[in-house]
Amino acid sequence: MSAPLYQPRLPRGWWLAHGGYRRYMLRELSCIPIGLFAATLVLALFRLGQGADAWLAFRAALATPPAIAWQVIALGFALYHSVSWFTLAPRTMPMVVGDRKVPPAWIAAAHFVLWLALSLAILLIVGA
Amino acid sequence: MAISNKPLLWLPFAVGGTLAALLVPALMLVFLIDAFGQWPAGALTYERVIAFVGHPLIAAGLFVFITLLFWHSAHRLRMTLQDLGVRRAGTRRVVALVCYVAAVVGTGLAGWVLFGV
Repeated sequence: MSAPLYQPRLPRGWWLAHGGYRRYMLRELSCIPIGLFAATLVLALFRLGQGADAWLAFRAALATPPAIAWQVIALGFALYHSVSWFTLAPRTMPMVVGDRKVPPAWIAAAHFVLWLALSLAILLIVGA
Repeated sequence: MAISNKPLLWLPFAVGGTLAALLVPALMLVFLIDAFGQWPAGALTYERVIAFVGHPLIAAGLFVFITLLFWHSAHRLRMTLQDLGVRRAGTRRVVALVCYVAAVVGTGLAGWVLFGV
C-alpha cells in the first residue's frame, strides 16, 4: 500500500502576495504577447502572400490606435522577457572554460551585447 | 533508467525563449515604427518585403523562428496555468493538449503561408 500522495495546496492568488511572485507571474505571462506576436508574423506573411493591397491593408490595421496600444503593451512584455531571460542566463547556462567558471556577470553581459547588436542590425537592415 | 519527455519539451522552450529575447523586441519595434510612419519611404513596401521573405534561406529561418516562438509560448503558458492552480491530473492533461495543439496549428499555418504546403 502506498502512502497518500502529498498534494500541497496554494491559496488562490498566491502570486499576488509578494513583489517577487508578481514579477515572476509578469515574466511568465510574457509568453502570451510573444505567442500572439508569432501569430501576427504568420498573419503578416499570409497578407503578404495575398498581394500588395492586402499588405498595405495589414500595415494600416497595425497603425490604428487600438493596435498601437496593444503593440506598446506587447513590447513592454517582450522587453521584460529579454531582460529577465538574459539576467537568468548565468544560472540557466553556466559555463566552464578549462577548469575555470566563467564569471556570471560576463555571461549575462554577453547576452545583452548580442541583443543590442542584433536589434541594431534588424533596425538598420529595415531602415537602409 | 526512466525515460522522460521533459528534454524534448524543454529544449524548444529554451531555444525559443532565447530567440524571442534576442529578436522579438526589435521586430516589434519594426512594426511600431511603421505604425507611426517613421520609416524612410520604401522601407516596408510590398516589393522589398516579398523579395526579402522570398529568399529560401530567409523563409526557412522564419519558419524555424516562428515555430520556436510558438513552442516557447505554449510550454510556458502550460506551466503558468499549472502555477495558477490547474492541478487535477485530467485538467492538466487538457491544458497541455490545448497548448501544444495550438503550437502545432501555428507551426502548420507558418509552413503553409511560407511554403504553400
